[in-house]
Amino acid sequence: MGNAIASGLSGLIAGVQHLHWSNPIMIALGCVLLYLGIKKDFEPLLLVPIGFGCILVNIPLADLMEPDGFLRIIYDAGIRTELFPLLIFVGIGAMTDFSPLLEDPRTFLLGAAGQCGIFLTLILALSLGFSKLDAVAVGIIGACDGPTAIYVTSKYAPHLLGAVSVAAYSYMSLVPVIQPPIMRWLTTEKEKVIVMGVATTRTVSPTTKILFPLVITVVGGLIAPKGLPLFGSIMLGNFLRECGAVGRLSKTAENEIANIVTLLLGICIGATMSGVQFVKLQTLIILALGFVAICLDTVCGILFGKILKVLSGGRVNPLIGAAGISAFPMSARVVQREGFKYNNRNYLLMHAMGANAGGQVGSVMAAAVMLSVLKGMGII
Amino acid sequence: MDNMTFGLTMLVVGMGGTLLTLWVMSLIMSGLKKVFPYKEEEKKAE
Repeated sequence: MGNAIASGLSGLIAGVQHLHWSNPIMIALGCVLLYLGIKKDFEPLLLVPIGFGCILVNIPLADLMEPDGFLRIIYDAGIRTELFPLLIFVGIGAMTDFSPLLEDPRTFLLGAAGQCGIFLTLILALSLGFSKLDAVAVGIIGACDGPTAIYVTSKYAPHLLGAVSVAAYSYMSLVPVIQPPIMRWLTTEKEKVIVMGVATTRTVSPTTKILFPLVITVVGGLIAPKGLPLFGSIMLGNFLRECGAVGRLSKTAENEIANIVTLLLGICIGATMSGVQFVKLQTLIILALGFVAICLDTVCGILFGKILKVLSGGRVNPLIGAAGISAFPMSARVVQREGFKYNNRNYLLMHAMGANAGGQVGSVMAAAVMLSVLKGMGII
Repeated sequence: MDNMTFGLTMLVVGMGGTLLTLWVMSLIMSGLKKVFPYKEEEKKAE
């Protein structure tokens, strides 16, 4: 009897006995993510499930990520198969109005320039000793696009998924903090006050809006077929929105599907953050490189904005170049706020929205091109 | 292939490919805007 009681009690303290030193650190990190999501409103839809998943997976002996554990089942169903990021993209496509981009198609190019950080960070990661595919996963943080980062990383460097996803989503939410100082340093007082005039979305016909997702899918698919799942899913969502015939599907994509998948995706990312795998120097390096990637995106975007300013005879405010990243519409709002600060008659929002929508297309296209180049080089 | 060659190839071909793809798309969309211009009655239909 006494032995039975002792055995039973040992079962109750086994969890504490098996606690690795890194588990409390990760539980604390999970709480920080919850705090940032709830109190600071930093991407709460993602940071809350990620934070909770992180806490769950760092409690020993629960075996949530072991075969048949419930987090493992969700992970295998949605991350290993790359389904979740693609379903999120269908939702994003259904939510996004690309009219500001179509209003001024030049802004596609700002969306391309804003992806330069991906490739420069890839080189940095390689020089720090990352393997080729790991460096690709680290560089993709520069897409500033969570689902793209998850898609590429889960496919080619799944062991880095936790660090890359946390970096991607954290820095996306920190865009209002990261971008303004760079915008101020890189533009002159004259450039900051350039007025770009009134922009509207009134010149884009419904037919053009319907053709847009089809054109991107076909042209992009022919150039970068390996990335077709990425932009094909975002364009499917957008086509549902713009065609006007399937309102119920469009609403389902942007609400029910996006919400359910966001929850499952977030908890799975958290589940990859077990202390033993996460608390290491490599994670800190990835977080640092992710920060560098987003800074480089901003720098290249603004520099390209300066080129457009020269080519347009001074009619383009280079600040809108900073919006050529995928953090939509946060980055456009940052540009508007900065421009307004220096000239309170300057409304850059719609122009920046165009660049920002271009950044959304640009980020998935950069990832797609990258995958197709890797395939062409025989690396994947 | 050594890492630096790989990185530089990715920078040149990857970034160049991205710019080129988006430039082609911007040209096509500019063309489509001209072929299907906005008309006031379309707004009413919306």
